[in-house]
Amino acid sequence: MSTTTNDHGHGHDPNRPKHLAHHFESLGQQFDSGKLGIWVFLLTEVLFFSALFVAYTMYRSNYPEVFQYASQFLDTKMGAINTVVLLLSSFTFAWAVRNAMLGEKSKLMLNLLITLVCAGGFMGIKYVEYSHKFHEGTLWGGNESTIFKADPADVPAEMKEHSSAWNNTDGKYSVAVKDLDPAFRQKVGVFFGVYFCLTGLHGIHVMIGMILIVWLLLRTRRGDFGPTNFNAIDFGALYWHLVDLIWIFLFPLLYLIT
Amino acid sequence: MAPSTNSLDRTNYLNATKGFRSWFMTIDHKRLGLMYLWSVIGCFILGGFFAMKIRWTLTPGVTDFMTQTVEQMNAYNNAFTVHGAVMIFLVIIPSIPAALGNFVLPIMLGVKDVAFPKLNRLSYHLWLIGALLFVATLFIGNLDTGWTFYPPYSTGHTDVSVITAVLGAFVLGFSSIFTGLNFIVTIHKMRPPGMTWFKMPLFLWAIYATAIIQILATPVVGISLLLLLVEKTMQIGIFTPALGGDPVFFQHLFWFYSHPAVYVMILPGMGVMSELFATFSRKPIFGYKSIAMASIAIAILSFIVWGHHMFVSGQSETMSVIFSALTFSVAVPSAIKVFNWIATLYKGSIAFTTPMLYGLSIIWLFGIGGLTGMFHSTLGTSVHLHDTYFVVAHFHFVMVGSALFGFIGGIFYWWPKMYGRMAEGALSKWGCLLSFVGFNMTFLPLFPAGSRGMPRRYAGYTEAAGFDSYNMAATVGAVVLAVGLCMALYSLIRSLKHGEKAPANPWGGVTLEWQCTSPPPEHNFDIDPPTVDDPYDMTLVEWRGQEEGFLPKNPRSDDPCIADIQKA
Amino acid sequence: MSDHTHDSGEEHIGHVLPLSLLVKVFGGLVLLTGLTVYTGTMDLHGFDLPVAMVIATCKASLVCLFFMHLKYDKPFIGMIFLLSVLFVGLFLAFVTHDAGQYQGDIQAYTSEHLGGE
Repeated sequence: MSTTTNDHGHGHDPNRPKHLAHHFESLGQQFDSGKLGIWVFLLTEVLFFSALFVAYTMYRSNYPEVFQYASQFLDTKMGAINTVVLLLSSFTFAWAVRNAMLGEKSKLMLNLLITLVCAGGFMGIKYVEYSHKFHEGTLWGGNESTIFKADPADVPAEMKEHSSAWNNTDGKYSVAVKDLDPAFRQKVGVFFGVYFCLTGLHGIHVMIGMILIVWLLLRTRRGDFGPTNFNAIDFGALYWHLVDLIWIFLFPLLYLIT
Repeated sequence: MAPSTNSLDRTNYLNATKGFRSWFMTIDHKRLGLMYLWSVIGCFILGGFFAMKIRWTLTPGVTDFMTQTVEQMNAYNNAFTVHGAVMIFLVIIPSIPAALGNFVLPIMLGVKDVAFPKLNRLSYHLWLIGALLFVATLFIGNLDTGWTFYPPYSTGHTDVSVITAVLGAFVLGFSSIFTGLNFIVTIHKMRPPGMTWFKMPLFLWAIYATAIIQILATPVVGISLLLLLVEKTMQIGIFTPALGGDPVFFQHLFWFYSHPAVYVMILPGMGVMSELFATFSRKPIFGYKSIAMASIAIAILSFIVWGHHMFVSGQSETMSVIFSALTFSVAVPSAIKVFNWIATLYKGSIAFTTPMLYGLSIIWLFGIGGLTGMFHSTLGTSVHLHDTYFVVAHFHFVMVGSALFGFIGGIFYWWPKMYGRMAEGALSKWGCLLSFVGFNMTFLPLFPAGSRGMPRRYAGYTEAAGFDSYNMAATVGAVVLAVGLCMALYSLIRSLKHGEKAPANPWGGVTLEWQCTSPPPEHNFDIDPPTVDDPYDMTLVEWRGQEEGFLPKNPRSDDPCIADIQKA
Repeated sequence: MSDHTHDSGEEHIGHVLPLSLLVKVFGGLVLLTGLTVYTGTMDLHGFDLPVAMVIATCKASLVCLFFMHLKYDKPFIGMIFLLSVLFVGLFLAFVTHDAGQYQGDIQAYTSEHLGGE
């Protein structure tokens, strides 16, 4: 509180940078505060996801055979492609932070744009995966058209007809769903409950990230960022990396169970 | 005009700008604190209304248990659910951290605002949305799950009002997280020169410990409530046993937050207590470091004891034994605090002001609340007492008797700073006294009632059950308590017009918030606040009479108003 | 302690990472993804999960240390992150252990009512 004598943030100090908020003393303090803030927020995000990881661990450790069986309904190739797409977006965002720090505006725009496109690609692939599951009826237990009901009489007739997972018509699966033991089949439904919650929540985070990137793009175009003012880009990138980080764990946990 | 440390006639944060927008869209932490304060008081009145409804239903002779209709019983279930949910999510959790903390924390640190003022505003707006969703719940249906929303009941048979209530709690969770995040960053990055961690006022330590819990535990309840919502609307099957899910898992998730949340309620109250006892005993606080460390210890221990809520839920015996043993450990830091407060009082020159009366009440109330907590960590005893009125009495002693009394004590303590007027007088003191008597009358009888097996959450009891006298005493006590609380509120509101003008430092506190004028200017300090030393060195200030209050012994030459007073 | 940097004009904040490092990290991440897909197809006799988790943790560390530049930040920031992991671990250990203990009761009930397992 020594540099801004009698100036209480009304902008009288000509040397005071425009993007330094009134209650901070220096850009360094502002940056450090923001950094601590975003990391504390990421901590809350980790704990936010934790409950689903706990659910996953709990059900998997108690029903390993269910998870082993259910995992074959997930498309490893799609999952792997999505992993690489997300890693690429993380890379371009990290590069964008470098651009912002060096004041390279057009490169910054380009990298943010690539990140946004990758995020869109990720959601597109997710959409293909989801719609396939809705078509096949490989859904959570409480869904009307799921094939994972304990009592086969509860499974809708049209699902029994066209779902290849139910009849194992193409011989892709180890056992046809209709031949499973009722309790086992019900637990496969729980697996899909966990699967949809985990990937769904992650997908929501990707979409929030996309909105964030659009906002950053607009601000970049306005010329908001420069070597001493890149906090928003840096913190946005940190959020995005966390979303990537969660997917890094989701991919082997869901898709690669043998 | 004579120089004064009261700034009601000058520009201050209250009159600097005018109009609804200048308040609603403000990023000033003081205005946000005040808005929280009044919103919380509003919700408290709502929750209090339902409390009186509960007591009225249970008063012997009012409703005949044997001839009650199903509608009456449903209404009773609704009353205790709404009372619990409103009081916990909307009143006690935001009370001290969001209302008092927002107002006091930046001033105590000598800074202009919290680290993220816009986030702070967002968290108030989220709080409002959450509160509105709760109010909407009242009109949508008959919320009757209990404030814990246990599945499968909440996801199955009950009506849709649970959706708005859960959504409300989810939004409130974010409000709480953002407040905690803001405070952590502010305390870490914006302490003034000279204020090392161990020269920080104990209220800030308490708020810091609270914020740790808020950021670590609240996300977990957020996701649990979100999952509950998905379960209710789409039958996802994680919690519902009929779909192969596990309802005990929900209880784990819920209590992983909700037990630490108990300390979100009590820790800030303890922080207020530490300030009160030091200031009004005119003595440095006894055992500063141990109180500070006890706050952190409570914050951390709070995370490994949640299973004591689940002794009869189907939790395994092994875990019950482990949780029982761990729960005892919380008693240690809590007792450290109480003993330190008592040691602070010893040979102090105690001023029996209104805030101090609340502080002294808490020693008794928290003593009982804390010690009866031990019954619940003892596994065998706890199973017997589970879901009886013994539990109800215990947590009311802690949440109302300690957390809420701490909140009211804090309001009276910082009221002169907030509005520049004293709310001190016979009225406010009688309010405290009546609340104290009424509270004990209400909840002390419930201990024996509970240990004799009076179950909680019943819409009534037959005369033969033998609980009538306890219920009668509780109802009379509740009326006395309500009168006491109304007197406290009235004395506050009355003081806004008729209260004496308060000097900058009416009580003799040494922490920074007593160095700016009452009420503070827009940016908290007219001059840069001084370098900070020991926040509890009472010799730094001296009493200069009713009008001037306490003033620093060695005033700074650059302080315009205080220097003028010294000369005069 | 709070940070007091007094020159608010032209001060350096943040740490610029060389592009070559970013490229290397990205390459490493893609390689590790390939590896985990490859090991995922093999039967590792019960070690599938640990191997997959070790690889995922390596990838996560790369992202944290370089993309999120934890390596260059104050250690306190890293501690915050580890704290969250620690609490998740604590939570996971308690709940999973408990659920494992009472699972017998659930299975007994299920088999009675659904006639399975």
